[in-house]
Amino acid sequence: MADSPSRVARPLSPHLQIYRPLFTMMMSIVHRITGIGLYFGMVLFVWWLLAAASTASAYATFSWLAGSFIGMLVLFGLTWALLHHALGGIRHFLWDFIHGFGPNERVLLAKATLAGSVVLTIVLWAIGLALKA
Amino acid sequence: MSDSTHTPMRTPLGRVRGLGASRSGTEHFFLQRVTALANLLLMIAFICIVIRLAGAGYAEARAVLGQPLVAIIILLTLLSVCTHMRLGMQVVIEDYVHTEGLKVLLIIGNTFFTTAIALAGAFAVLKISLGG
Repeated sequence: MADSPSRVARPLSPHLQIYRPLFTMMMSIVHRITGIGLYFGMVLFVWWLLAAASTASAYATFSWLAGSFIGMLVLFGLTWALLHHALGGIRHFLWDFIHGFGPNERVLLAKATLAGSVVLTIVLWAIGLALKA
Repeated sequence: MSDSTHTPMRTPLGRVRGLGASRSGTEHFFLQRVTALANLLLMIAFICIVIRLAGAGYAEARAVLGQPLVAIIILLTLLSVCTHMRLGMQVVIEDYVHTEGLKVLLIIGNTFFTTAIALAGAFAVLKISLGG
């Protein structure tokens, strides 16, 4: 259906480019982007498991990569993406039960998601680094 | 629906099943939420495991990953997360890819990828736990 030639050039409903960017809208887009990031980030998690199931040198290779500057940066980004997506998910749960739709509530929830994800990421990394020190 | 002058095309059984024309109804929506809830709970344990093993050596990592509780949590996480990933990416593909052939190919690729990730991870955990 989608790629059958259209006989009439029908008008399409307006999409993203026509709307003024709103905070809640941006957060919705970020929720999707973090989801896509985590989707591919799962490769690293399974790589870690497979390395542990393989040889000591395979595990050493993974550990070296994960402990490198680039590796830590990627893991830090994935931590934030995970927490943002998780908090965004809680926001969607509230919406699924028809709560938090008011004009102030929804902006507050979006701000809480963003602030919460940043703070939690820093707290978790602080705990992790403190335990290793 | 209950109007006596109107005879619905749908059979009574079809109405009771409530699956609609696509035969899947709200299953996708519901499973996405159920796995999201499971992910939320499993994530807490997962974060503890990862922080515990950050910077750990080969032997220590294997010892922890081989513990029954840890292994079961990771297996459950792989099942729930990969199901959630498959459903989520399917929606993304359906939203942005409008060429029928490419869309079907990507959705199949999505199924292959998420299944492979889940099974590869599960194999690794089971090997550590059972095989050594």
